Amino acid sequence: METPLIEFRDVSKSFDGNTVLDGVNLNIYENEITTIIGKSGTGKSVLLKHIIGLLSPDGGCISFRGKPVNEMSKKQLDECRMQVSYMFQNNALFDSMTIFENVAFPIRQTTNLKKMEIEKKVMLRLEQMELADVVYKYPSELSGGMQKRVALARALVTDPAIVLFDEPTTGQDPIRKNAILSMIAHYRKLFGFTAVLVSHDIPDVFFVSDRILLLWEGKIAFHGTYEELSRFKHPIIDEFLESIESLRNELTGALSKEIFKYRYALTPDDIKEDYLK
Amino acid sequence: MGTPYPGTSWERGKLCNASDSWLEEEAIYMIKEAGIKHSFHWDLFHLFGKRTLKIINNLGAATIFFALAFMRIFRPKQFREIVQQVFYIGAKSSNIVMLIGLFTGMVLGLQLYYTLTKVGSEGFLGSVVALSLIRELGPVLTAIMITARAGSSMTAEIGILRISEQIDALYTMRIDPLHYLVSPRIAASIISFPLLTAFFDLIGILGGYLTGVVLLGLNKGSYFYRIHAYVEMADIRGGFIKSLVFAALVSTICCYQGYFTHLRTDSYGSKSVSLSTTSAVVLSCIMILIADYVVTSFLM
Repeated sequence: METPLIEFRDVSKSFDGNTVLDGVNLNIYENEITTIIGKSGTGKSVLLKHIIGLLSPDGGCISFRGKPVNEMSKKQLDECRMQVSYMFQNNALFDSMTIFENVAFPIRQTTNLKKMEIEKKVMLRLEQMELADVVYKYPSELSGGMQKRVALARALVTDPAIVLFDEPTTGQDPIRKNAILSMIAHYRKLFGFTAVLVSHDIPDVFFVSDRILLLWEGKIAFHGTYEELSRFKHPIIDEFLESIESLRNELTGALSKEIFKYRYALTPDDIKEDYLK
Repeated sequence: MGTPYPGTSWERGKLCNASDSWLEEEAIYMIKEAGIKHSFHWDLFHLFGKRTLKIINNLGAATIFFALAFMRIFRPKQFREIVQQVFYIGAKSSNIVMLIGLFTGMVLGLQLYYTLTKVGSEGFLGSVVALSLIRELGPVLTAIMITARAGSSMTAEIGILRISEQIDALYTMRIDPLHYLVSPRIAASIISFPLLTAFFDLIGILGGYLTGVVLLGLNKGSYFYRIHAYVEMADIRGGFIKSLVFAALVSTICCYQGYFTHLRTDSYGSKSVSLSTTSAVVLSCIMILIADYVVTSFLM
């Protein structure tokens, strides 16, 4: 049986008495894209932060390549962390640095590469993200979507083996959203990295995911492939997927413009006028 | 029970919080075990004990914080950062420090001239002004001025980095936040404080000269002769020792307050940054005056 790259065993975490993770068990395998879905505030980001070590569990055990993290020496842990990159939900860009400096920063600080090599590497990533014309701007001068792409470029610039994406497509237009998801899939194919995504972009995110985890009330309610998810009959899965579908129908995916107007008409006269036309 | 990731608690700023809650839980457990009933006196004692434990805990944490950051000064890739911080803390504070030094010297010259005239000793003005400045006022006022100008900005900057997850981002990139953010500031303070104190002393002595000699007509030769005759190397050394102690205190307090902004229980977000900045300035000023007394008593 294949040893998981990252393994959670009965991991629990509480904040001020509020249990966020309640005995989470999961496996993340090498060279796979694993997507964590779940309602907002259910602890998806908390789970991701446990992987990188920003948070430590109150109980349970996290293992990296079969070795418990809390039994590792500082050097061993550092070697593990060297392979991991993290993209924050709110980007966490350094606001007093330019876009170029932001992306170059991890390489400048952690490697001994020459200035020209760093510049080449950074510009390549920025061009891939369509950010080549904003390299000397500051994060506050960019839109939310562009900031997200800068964060993505920074996460990928060190060529990590494992990348943790905390909502990488939030705030992007549909074209760029697809571009980011396909880029993740493309790079995985090219370089063979392992990706862990937290996303709400259903069903788009399913197309690139090898494995899906559903976090529900502090536990992993589902763990499997997309095909298994679509076959899996469970009230929680149905509720989660239906809630997204019904929301879409309710707001934007209405069957017709007339139904939308009927649903949200200010006065009955507005409806009459529309139908008379 | 899972243990924290080894050797990373400080980088993530969790140690302080963990100790606080542990102490609280221990205290509550001991109260229950002893079967003590609640009363006004007991609540007062409990509050006093809680505050004392918190202060001791913070003192210990700040000392470890300083020791860890100080050790990281001598690691590679620090030179550029330190030079940059010397520019912000030292060079950019020099104008204000010299301005304050000039007027402090001038007012000292004015006050002491009339006081010394009463006992017929106005000839000693130079030595009294110089000794006051070199021994006490120079190091103390310089430290307070730098606290107000650079210390507050240190806390605010690090605090904002903390609440906007930029310190967490450093950690995820395997960049030690203490090494990158705190050590250069402590090193720059240790370099800048004595230099600015020297500027303050010199300009202050010139200020005393302006009022005593130029405005009030004291003999120019007498002013400088008395300084030369009465100011000893031990006075100058003592002043610099004080400024070094203040540098370590101010930079540690200001960085510590900013670094642990997220652990404040009285407020969150931007409000916590503003409160941390206020606490850093107030605490630094208090500690400067306390340390001044302690160091003086050792030097005398």
